[in-house]
Amino acid sequence: MNNFKERTFQIIFTLAASASILSVFLICLFLFAKGIPTVAKIGPLKFLLGTSWKPLNNVFGILPMIVASIYVTIGSIIVGVPLGLLTAIYLAYFCPPKLHTVLKPGVELLAGIPSIVYGFFGLVVLVPILQRIGAGKSILTASLLLGIMILPTIINVAETSLKSVPDSYYHGALALGATHERAVFSVLVPAARSGIVAGIILGVGRAIGETMAVIMVAGNQPILPRGLFKGVRTLTANIVLEMGYATDLHREALIATGMVLFIFILIINLLFSLLNQEARS
Amino acid sequence: MNHTKTLLEDHFPPPSVFKQPVSFFLNILVKLAMLLTMGILLSIIGYVLLRGVTFIKPEIFALQFTTENLSMTPAIINTLFVALIALLLAVPTGVGAAIYLIEYAKPGSKLVQVVRLTTETLSGIPSIVYGLFGYLFFVIALKWQQSILSGSFTLAIMILPLIMRTTEEALKSVPRSYREGSYALGAGKLRTITKVVLPSAVPGILAGTILGIGRIVGETAALIYTAGTVAGIPTSPFSSGRTLAVHMYALLSEGLYVDQAYATAVVLLIFVLILNAASSLIASGLKKDKRTTDE
Repeated sequence: MNNFKERTFQIIFTLAASASILSVFLICLFLFAKGIPTVAKIGPLKFLLGTSWKPLNNVFGILPMIVASIYVTIGSIIVGVPLGLLTAIYLAYFCPPKLHTVLKPGVELLAGIPSIVYGFFGLVVLVPILQRIGAGKSILTASLLLGIMILPTIINVAETSLKSVPDSYYHGALALGATHERAVFSVLVPAARSGIVAGIILGVGRAIGETMAVIMVAGNQPILPRGLFKGVRTLTANIVLEMGYATDLHREALIATGMVLFIFILIINLLFSLLNQEARS
Repeated sequence: MNHTKTLLEDHFPPPSVFKQPVSFFLNILVKLAMLLTMGILLSIIGYVLLRGVTFIKPEIFALQFTTENLSMTPAIINTLFVALIALLLAVPTGVGAAIYLIEYAKPGSKLVQVVRLTTETLSGIPSIVYGLFGYLFFVIALKWQQSILSGSFTLAIMILPLIMRTTEEALKSVPRSYREGSYALGAGKLRTITKVVLPSAVPGILAGTILGIGRIVGETAALIYTAGTVAGIPTSPFSSGRTLAVHMYALLSEGLYVDQAYATAVVLLIFVLILNAASSLIASGLKKDKRTTDE
């Protein structure tokens, strides 16, 4: 009887662990089963490399959205990585322990602010300010906002990997006569390199998948980007904006857009776990 | 003698006056970065709260939603429903999965590797992809329509990796000696887990659960097409209802209701502030506990 109970619960726990396998399987199944036939119907080249998106004329080219997502992501990396990395270095090596107990929850709070609130802040603060230099809703605005949003991701991963560098590296550098700052920047930061890169890749994943904040500040024109100060529409925005009223092939094309985004994310995840393995070994 | 000295200095230059300005500059640079990051945080929260408070009026908390008052009370109730159902699904599953990974599985077995890989994948998937999947699977394939239930199931999958990770960490931090003591008293594996290991892991699991509630409260993209955007209070789990964050998006996308959006943003931020504070209080309590048991 007791043995039976033990066995039953072991099976229950094993099933619970399999829930994530089932979820990933279902997500892949449904996105690909809907997406691949649609891409085949539209024509893979026409869909992926087509430069115009005109649902009313049954023209579905998502190249403008792919390029927009890449631009906005690169922009957010340029904004977020230097600031995030320097902040992480401060938290790991310069911060007094007392202050750390205040600042760390601050970083967590930055991660906890809902993306719709970030978007709203961008809309009522960043857009009017940047409007003055003619960049209201633009790649620039979206990059700035996303750069802020990926800060906590980069700070947390970078701080963890900086802190895991052995103390002996630091003592060695000091023994060679380096100042604290030099030891940190020329010995410890390079030693934590692969962890830092992993954090940046995780940030890329967050930026490319961000939806609600981008919709508010990117302008959403489905055309190829014409400049830093011009509006664009990302892959994520395309789905949310049109899914509400789309039918037939239009709706299928939006699901295929989601599939393309999902493939991007899978590639980024793969890179992240490869780098993480390297960082561990 | 002279020669060795130059060689030494060549390889191990002492901190010279010309190098010091670099250190000084770097020192200032990291401090400025920290100030800027915290400045951004404070200005976002400060700006939204201070400007938003002026738009908090009694009528936006009216029990019934009308196009006149644009009340957010139904949205708050919907948020609580969605959070409750999603947690009922995700917490037992996530805790069970973590128990399997820590207490039962042989580390490095095939199943463990696949579970880790898929959990990592789940935590990287953007919320809009969850939204699309939830729409295709729960709304269309299972014919649940756009409903509280579809939205809750979608979010349950989304927060599963978070619950699993925090529970795993909590279970790992329970000392081996607790388990050995329990076995020594004749308890079986299941009894050891339910009576000894889990109770000491509760605060950690709770901190993770609170973070999960935070994710649910702030979620928009995964809910728009799964729980839908109907503004009223749902009559059953199968009726559509918008949560607070979706409510805010709906107000903004109609373009006319910035004042009400401000008020909603204030309520959202206050929720998030409370949840974050609770989570980090529990987490810091945990650290203190650990220190005392270590000594």
